[in-house]
Parts: sequence; structure tokens; C-alpha cells
Amino acid sequence: MGVGINVRDLKAWFGATEALHGINMSMGANCVTAIIGPSGCGKSTYVRCLNRMHETIPGATMKGEVTVGDVSILDQSAVDVRRRIGMVFQKPNPFPTMSIYDNVAAGLKLNGVRNRGKMDEIVERSLRHAALWEEVKDVLKKKSGASLSGGQQQRLCIARALAVEPEVLLMDEPASALDPISTGKIEELIDDLKQNYTIVIVTHNMQQAARVAGYTGFFLMGNLIEFDKTEKIFTNPSDKRTEDYITGRFG
Amino acid sequence: MPNTPHAGAIAQVQAKPLPIRSPFASRFADTGFRGVIVLCALSVLAIVVLIAWQLIVHSELSLKQFGLKFFFSSDWDPVSGEFGALPFVFGTIVSSMLALVIAVPLSVAAAVFITEMCPGWLKTPLSFLMELLAAIPSVIYGLWAIFILAPILRTYVEPFLGKYFAWTGLFSGPTYGIGMLAAGIILAIMIVPIVSSITREVMTAVPQQQREAVLALGATRWEMIRTGVLRNARTGIIGGVILGLGRALGETMAVTMVIGNRAEIAKSLFAPGYTMASVIANEFSEATDNLYLSAIIEIGLALFLVTLIVNIIAQGLVWASTRGMPARAQA
Amino acid sequence: MSNGSLRVQRISLRRRVVNGMVTYGALGASVLVIVPLVAIFGYLLMKGIGSINWAFLTQIPKPVGEPGGGMGNAIVGSAIILLIASLFGIPLGIGAGIYLAEFGRNKLGNLVRFTSDVLNGVPSIVVGISVYGLVVVTQKHFSALAGGVALGIMMIPTVARSTEEMLLMVPRTIREAAWGLGVPQWRTTLSVTLKTASAGVITGTMLAFARAAGETAPLLFTAFGNQFWNWNLNQPTAALPLQVYVYAISPFDEWHRQAWAGALVLILLIVAAVTAVRVVTSRGMYRAS
Repeated sequence: MGVGINVRDLKAWFGATEALHGINMSMGANCVTAIIGPSGCGKSTYVRCLNRMHETIPGATMKGEVTVGDVSILDQSAVDVRRRIGMVFQKPNPFPTMSIYDNVAAGLKLNGVRNRGKMDEIVERSLRHAALWEEVKDVLKKKSGASLSGGQQQRLCIARALAVEPEVLLMDEPASALDPISTGKIEELIDDLKQNYTIVIVTHNMQQAARVAGYTGFFLMGNLIEFDKTEKIFTNPSDKRTEDYITGRFG
Repeated sequence: MPNTPHAGAIAQVQAKPLPIRSPFASRFADTGFRGVIVLCALSVLAIVVLIAWQLIVHSELSLKQFGLKFFFSSDWDPVSGEFGALPFVFGTIVSSMLALVIAVPLSVAAAVFITEMCPGWLKTPLSFLMELLAAIPSVIYGLWAIFILAPILRTYVEPFLGKYFAWTGLFSGPTYGIGMLAAGIILAIMIVPIVSSITREVMTAVPQQQREAVLALGATRWEMIRTGVLRNARTGIIGGVILGLGRALGETMAVTMVIGNRAEIAKSLFAPGYTMASVIANEFSEATDNLYLSAIIEIGLALFLVTLIVNIIAQGLVWASTRGMPARAQA
Repeated sequence: MSNGSLRVQRISLRRRVVNGMVTYGALGASVLVIVPLVAIFGYLLMKGIGSINWAFLTQIPKPVGEPGGGMGNAIVGSAIILLIASLFGIPLGIGAGIYLAEFGRNKLGNLVRFTSDVLNGVPSIVVGISVYGLVVVTQKHFSALAGGVALGIMMIPTVARSTEEMLLMVPRTIREAAWGLGVPQWRTTLSVTLKTASAGVITGTMLAFARAAGETAPLLFTAFGNQFWNWNLNQPTAALPLQVYVYAISPFDEWHRQAWAGALVLILLIVAAVTAVRVVTSRGMYRAS
């Protein structure tokens, strides 16, 4: 089941440049929260802070309180945080030297799971959750992860992320590199996944946010301008800047 | 939102908690791994330091005895204990210079051909052949030079040169075939691949816009290459030439086999000579006393320092020309 | 009007002629450069092929003056020395390469990179002298071990640089995918990044190995050579290039004949390695079935 995420006064830097200026946000369990905003507003940085991927960039730092469920992520090791919080990236990045099966099982294998039966079970479950099982069940070990189409690759990456049973799934513009049909499938998927996971999705596509997310946060220049139910953000935003962005005056 | 078939699949499977490794073990492994890797990197530094240290320590005897005049005296007499390395320095310089004079024009021309003029289908086989040239071991070059090159020189080339160019002073004396000329030629063949491949690399790194700018002015292809490519790649090409020089200076086996191994300074290229690397190869095992051995190792130390400086200069030039990111000279 | 166009035509002709001359000159240079390659391979085949037989490959040298015998001990000796060199040089080289690629964007990394290039440029005979001092003098005798150390040292820069290059070619997003799954750094580097770059790393290693196989100078005062079979790592050992050298400079025709054969065996092994490298790299970095 998913858990809620509480963010209090989150700041992030790239070297000496402050990129996030104190974000406060509460994302509900089993909800889909969309993060929108123009290029460079810090939405990707924000999401990467949640699973401590931000600090993998040389010179990057973060500060503040981020509580996932009831544990603060800065109290745990980064590795453990990332096991509880999965991530799907903008461009599908399956491991090129591994088969479909090995890709999905990668998180398990690299974390020491050895039991073959258990792995088979988890791989099948994850691929079903990612709506990819039917398409690949006959070629699991024969085809490499990189030989699938773009949309399939991204669903493979989703399956891979799900296999380690995270509580939260972060998605950084997961459909922006895909064609409309694949995008539609991914959006359908998100709707199903929210029953079991808390999802935070970064998107530059406002219609997508409107379609999949219950709550939406609007970022601008490293600040969270407005955070509310999606419906309200898109029909009756409180802040003028939000309204300008929604109506396409900039961004 | 549509009720898709897999929704049911999600509902029926229970999630069981995964075994999570202890965070301590993970951090320990990370630190341990990084430590091992850093040690590997440091080993490179350690090895160079060890090499330099060994050379200095073992040449101390000779350094103390002869000082700097070691390199200016031509008196190499192991029997009487007098050691002067000038003939070897001379031989090294002359053979390397000769090699450069022959190799550089050919290498640059060949590189120009492969990069700018070569039809696509020919590029891969040609550059593969160059790669093969670079892979031939020195001793095989030497073998070929003794039994094929030297006789050709002795029978055809040297008499010809001696007949028409003896007035230069460079081509006089008996034509053994073996000698400075043979050494220079075989060295030239050996350094062509290096000079050529660096030239190709720096030429490829010249942005296409430069070529297009010159062509747009109505230049022929050669003019485009001359002004648009070679001028820009000049620094890097010089770097490649110096890199080739570095290789020639340290080359041992092939040179030893055809240079004649006589510690003399002569003007004629037909005469036998001796290089620093060759004297080490030949006389190291025969050094009967400590001073002898120390003198030889001192030559090794000098060789080390000279090639060090030459290579540093060359690397700097090549790096400056490709801005630190060598474009892979793909065929 | 007609005067102007005539002048333009004349310049054009000269420039075109120069262009043509340069083109043929460059072509000629390329051909000239390949000629020695063809000549060397040709003579190796011509002079060597007749002497390669089972006896040559399996027997040790006969005493001077007696015909027959072979370089069996040199081939085996080379194999032993190269094995030691690989055990010593390849792990260190790959480790250094991993450092440079994954952790080396700093001053220490630059120093190591620079030093690696320096080491690459050190003449092989100088490496031989140093290993003589470090190993032979300490052990008080020549040995396969010393030869292996010398060749191993020569392999390190090539292996390190090519490992670094191959690892850097793996896109960052692959590493991020692994980190995102909660895989620790060390596991990511070994099981994901290195594995993805493995084809390239292997070819780099093979190139270094092929180069080391042909080296003679560093073995002159480390392995030293041996006319008999030797399985003791702590004794002087024969090596193929060394044997070729000794035979080539000898005054005996019989030994000259065998030198050609030995050289042919050596070059065939090296060409096989270089060609294999080319084939693997041209097929691309990863094999997507």
C-alpha cells in the first residue's frame, strides 16, 4: 500500500546556486500528485530530492524535512530510501545487456534475492501491474530489454521499479519521449497503480495532469506557487501566476 | 477511467515485504570498494615513482663519478673505466631525426588522404591496415630490416645515393646496408602509424563549419584542406609529430638489429652508429663491474627523462588541439 | 568582359592542377605507407611458413650447429609470462580505469590520467631496467615472474585508458536506473556499468595483451631467456620474441630460418587479436539480440 509524503521547508542547491527555495507540500497516500511548471522551474529537482537522487550529481546538496510514511528520508541511508521509493525516468532506460526478465528482476538480484521461484512470481506480478505481461510473456528471457518499442521499454522500466515493491513511485515526465498511443497506455496504467502506490508525476503536459492527477502542484523558479486539487488548479486557480501558466501566457 | 483487465490482477496478489540488507553492510561495501579502486589508481603513480627511483639509485655511482660531462664525452671504454655517452646521444638524435624527416610528410599526407579524400569504402580497410602496422612488434621489424631492408640498401639504394649525393657528405663510405640509414628508415616505418593516427584524430576534430566556410569561398579541395583543416589542426599535428619522436627515441629492438652497434660519431648515414636504447640492450648483461652497469643505467635515466619531457610536450599540444576530448578517428 | 573571364580560367587551371597533384601525392603516400606492411607480411609468410611444423612448435632448440629443434619452450614461456603479466596488470588497469571514470573528475584523477600517459611513453627497455632492479636484484636471479611484472606494467596504461573510455560511454541514465532501484554504488559500478561496457573493456584488454606479447626489450634482463623447458616461475624463461631476436642476430643460417618461423607464429597471434578487436568494436557496444 502507498504512504503519504510530507515535505517541509525543502531546499536544494547545485553547488552554490539555490534551486529550490523552501518547499512545503503534503502528498496523500494512494494519490496521484502532478507537478507542473515551465522549464527550469525545479520540478525535476524537487522530485529527485524525494528519493535522494539529487545528491548523486556532483556538488548537489539538499536540506529540509521529507517524511515518507513516518520515516524521514534523511535519517535513512540513500540506498534504503531508494528501495522504498521507485523512479521512472523521462527517457526509458532498460539495462541494455539484460533480457526482459533480468531487467525486471534487476532490482531484486542486485539486492541479493536468490530464490528463483519467488523471483519468477515477482517478475510476473510486476509485468502484469505494468500492463506488459501479455506482450512479452513468451520472450521473457530471449529478448533483450533494449529490443522493445519505446512505449514497451517504459512499461518495462515501470515493471522494474515495481518489482522491488516500493511504497511510492516517482515519475519524471514518463511519457514525454513516447508516442500518443503509448502515452495513453501509461496514463491508464497510472490510474490503476494508484490503488497500491503513492504516485508523484512530473509533467509539462497540463492535459496529462488534468487526466491522471487528483492533486497538482505548480512550481515556478524554485518555488511552489500553488498546490491544490487538480480541478481547482485548472478551473479556478488562486494565484495569478498559476492562471497565467495554465492559460498559456508563458512556459 | 476504464476498468482494464489488469486491475483485477493487482487486487488479488498480496505484497510481501522484501528482505532488505542491513544499511551498515551496504555502506561498508561501498567504502571498501572505493578503497580498492583508489589503490589501483594510486598504483599507477607508485609504479612511475618506483621506476624513477630505481633509475636514480642505480646510476648514482656513475653520476657521482662523471657528472654532466658524461653526456659530452665520446670516450666509451669499459676496460679502462671511462664512460662517455656522447656517441649514443648523437646516434639517438640522428636516427630519430632521420625517421621524422622520412615519416612526417608521408604520415600527414596519408592522414590527409584517409580523412579528406578517401572514398568511404576504402576508409575502413586502410585504417585497419594502419592499425596492423602499429601492432607489428619491434623485433619483427628488426628481423625484416636485417634480412630484407639492409640487403636492398646495400645493393641498390646506398650505391645510388653514394654515386650522386656523396658531395653532401651524408652518403659516403662503405655501403654495409647496416647503419644509420637503415635504422632511420625502419624507425620511420614504425612511427608512421602514430603520427598518422594523431593527425587523423586532430583533423577529424576540426568542426565541419570550418571546411564549409572555405569551400563556400570557392576553394578547391586541397585549398580547403590547407586553410580549413590543416591550419586549425596544426598544433595537434605538431603534437603528433613530437609523440612520434618520443616513440623513436625509445625504440630499441629494431634499431639495435640494424644500426651496427659501433660507438662512433660519423657524418655519413652509411656509417654504423649506436643509440642510447641499443647500448643498454647490448651491454647491460655484459656489464662486469658496478661502474659499468651504473653508466648504462644512467643512460637509461637520461632516456627516461628525455622521453618524459618530449611526451609531456606532445600530450599538451594534442590535448590543446582537440580540447581534451579526442574525437575517435573512426574509419 | 571576355578578358576578365579568360583570366579567371587561367587561375582555375593552375589551382586545379595543384589540387590534382596533391590528391595523387596523398594517395601515393598512403600506398607507400602500406608497402612495408605488405612486404613484411609477405616475407614473413614466404620465409616462415615452410619452417612451421609440429616439431617446431613442440621441441626445444637443438645445440648450435645441429639442424632441427624448435621454439616450443619459447611459446610456452611466453604464455607463462603473459599469464603473470595479465594477472598483475589487468586488474590494476581496470581498477584504475574504473576510478578515472566513476570517481576521477578531480585533481587526483587528472594526476593519475597524466601519469598513466607518462607510463605509456616510458621506453620499454627502461621499464626492464627498473624491474631488474626491483625484482631480479632482490631475487638474485632472472625469472618469469620478473618478466611478467615488466610486461604487466606496460599493460596497465592501455587497459586503464580504454576502460575509462568505455565506462564513460555508458549513459548516465543507466547508472541512475540502478541507483533508483536502491542498488549501492559498488554493485552498480560492477554489475551494471562495467557489465554494459564489458565488450569494449575486453577489447581494450586484448589490445594491451597483444602489444605485450610482442615486447622483447623488457624481457632482456628480466626473463632473460632459456634454451630449455622451464616451468619454474623463479627461473629464467624463454619467450617467443626474445628467441626470435637471439636467433636473428646470430650468425647461423639454421637459426635465421627458425627466427622467421617464430616471427610468423608471433605475428599470426597478434593479428588474430587485433582483428578480433576490430570485429567486436564494429558490432557496437552492446549486443541487443
